[in-house]
Amino acid sequence: MRWRFSWSRFLAVLSKEFVQMRRDRITFVMMIGVPIMQLLIFGYAINSDPRHLPTLVEMADEGPVTRAILMGMQSSTYFDFEGVVTSPAQGERALRDGTANFVVVIPQGFETDIVRGLSPEILIAADASDPTAVGGAAGAMSGIVDTAMAQTLTGALGFTAARPPPFGVVVHRQYNPEGNSSINIVPGLLGVILSMTMIMITAVAIVRESEKGTMETLIATPVRPMEVMLGKIAPYILVGYVQTLVFLVAARVLFGVPFIGSPVAFFVGFNLFIVVNLALGFLISTVARSQMQAMQISFFTLLPTILLSGFMFPFAAMPGWAQAIGNAIPATHFLRLVRKVMLKGADLSDIAVDLLGIAVIMLVIVTIALKRYRQTLD
Amino acid sequence: MTQAPAISVVDLTKSFSGRVVVDHFDMEVPKGAIYGFLGPNGSGKTTTIRMMCGLLTPDGGHGTCLGYDILTEQDQIKENVGYMTQRFSLYEDLTIRENLDFIARMFQVKDRRARVQAALEDLGLANRAGQLAGTLSGGWKQRLALAACMIHDPALLLLDEPTAGVDPKARRDFWDEIRRLSAKGVTVLVSTHYMDEAIQCDFIAYIAYGKKLISGTARDIPKMIGLHTYRVTGPNLTALEATLRADPGVGQVARFGAVLHVSGTDEAALKALAAQNQAKGTHKWVLKEAELEEAFIYLMAGAADNYDGGPA
Ligand SMILES: Nc1ncnc2c1ncn2[C@@H]1O[C@H](COP(=O)(O)OP(=O)(O)O)[C@@H](O)[C@H]1O
Ligand SMILES: [Mg+2]
Repeated sequence: MRWRFSWSRFLAVLSKEFVQMRRDRITFVMMIGVPIMQLLIFGYAINSDPRHLPTLVEMADEGPVTRAILMGMQSSTYFDFEGVVTSPAQGERALRDGTANFVVVIPQGFETDIVRGLSPEILIAADASDPTAVGGAAGAMSGIVDTAMAQTLTGALGFTAARPPPFGVVVHRQYNPEGNSSINIVPGLLGVILSMTMIMITAVAIVRESEKGTMETLIATPVRPMEVMLGKIAPYILVGYVQTLVFLVAARVLFGVPFIGSPVAFFVGFNLFIVVNLALGFLISTVARSQMQAMQISFFTLLPTILLSGFMFPFAAMPGWAQAIGNAIPATHFLRLVRKVMLKGADLSDIAVDLLGIAVIMLVIVTIALKRYRQTLD
Repeated sequence: MTQAPAISVVDLTKSFSGRVVVDHFDMEVPKGAIYGFLGPNGSGKTTTIRMMCGLLTPDGGHGTCLGYDILTEQDQIKENVGYMTQRFSLYEDLTIRENLDFIARMFQVKDRRARVQAALEDLGLANRAGQLAGTLSGGWKQRLALAACMIHDPALLLLDEPTAGVDPKARRDFWDEIRRLSAKGVTVLVSTHYMDEAIQCDFIAYIAYGKKLISGTARDIPKMIGLHTYRVTGPNLTALEATLRADPGVGQVARFGAVLHVSGTDEAALKALAAQNQAKGTHKWVLKEAELEEAFIYLMAGAADNYDGGPA
């Protein structure tokens, strides 16, 4: 009997944890406030649809079509024309030092080439080192061009409009040809937010027991390690739910991130991810001697989560050793999972491999954590 | 005392990072006794108690607590022992009632609500049950901690310096409670370094540098030490006290109001000194039976804190 899990003790630990959570106002506010703040800061810093980007023009020709296009670009509010460059080198320099995000190059003889049906090309050189800056604006170009054509290529020149495109727009992404979009980053943020708060809160909540000496009272009672572990962790699962909910609403309302995949797949995935983070927090608590240490170690784990999980940099582009480390991080698998579900419409079977990845990591963590959590004080 | 002892441990040994903290410690606590566990700070009292109740695993030795093996049956021990830690270790951010209720739930106490309410009323805290434990004064915290470790009606209480830093009145109240419990048949092991607590105990064990130096019934301890005491009365005791302290034949001098208790283990030297002083006629020297007070002072005298390594 005595080795059996006791629900009543588990529930007692759980409700005690809730009471303590409720009394600890600052932590409570942090748990809900920090994710919102992060979302706002990250979200707007990586604004998925930035406008009024500084733009320069290199005009080797001029005419009604050119004017219509430039007018259209300006009124789209994506581009702010800030001046004219006279040589390609000057445009290049402006892009490199960041004074301009775009340089629009109207080639020589552009207008006459249109009339001759030669389909000349406008080149838009973009500083894609900041991919989000380029994405929206570049995407808006085709609409702008269509409108410009409709306005100018009527009447005498109407015949050119009827044929395949009278001129083309080439967007030349420099410095980062892959062009990660912000919509890719926002779902990744959920992984970072959950990791950060879940790991830290659990670790601190548990270490507090040993730091304040209450752990001694606790383990002098017949309570089992599993009852303590689950009882202390469960309330924070709920916190994770609240954070996820806040996140989903904010992602949709503030950043227009779609959710096209299976909600069930998402639900399974984020539950597993929350649990693995809580287990990691529990493991940290068995190492840390003080709440301060617990906090520091938690922050330390956050670094690879941000840098090596594919959140900041494309996973495929990382060197082998970094990918190996990345694969040992739960957030890596969670990021793939969330992106697949939210953006690519994945269902449960599509994310099985990611779930497996998280499950394996969790198994390792829980095993070590339970081994380290002793029922004694040695 | 023909019953099986409440605690019986043999050769308990524990080291922390290579330093021996408890060294081949034996102890036998009879059922129903109040057993005083004396020793200077850092001598290993807390460590020993933790080993007895299954919170620490001994490196060596064996024993039983309430008949359960301290090495293999820690779970049963935990269910039947009330352990009060040296430091207040209930939840300061929970209320008095919540604390008692939580501990009661850990022990799966039957009729929990009634039991907790009864404990609150015994404590005299029923009308303050909603107050946070962290806001209580030292004495009240102590009593709350005692109530908490009694909530499951254990047969054995392990109290680790329960009244350290508590005012004398609260300490007396606390001991009244201990004696009440003892009268009900609860065995109590209490570590302390207060004399007024030591003299309340039926049995005494004294530990220094992790080694037990002496143990026995409170009555036998002075004899076991071999202490002889003279009761000295007369004028100007302060000056006499100073000269006696300097005398190598005198182990210790303790002042109790208008009386000096002069003790030592060297009977002959003490006798000679008494005769010599009697002859002067200013003070009256009477041989008395050495009591626990003198024994306590004798034991604690010269026992500095034991933290920086033991004697060679
Ligand atoms: N968990 C521990 N780790 C390392 N050293 C410890 C630990 N607990 C106690 N000690 C050391 O063991 C010695 C005995 O401590 P303790 O049993 O608390 O003595 P007491 O209760 O008599 O004051 C002290 O020197 C103390 O520093
Ligand atoms: Mg101690």
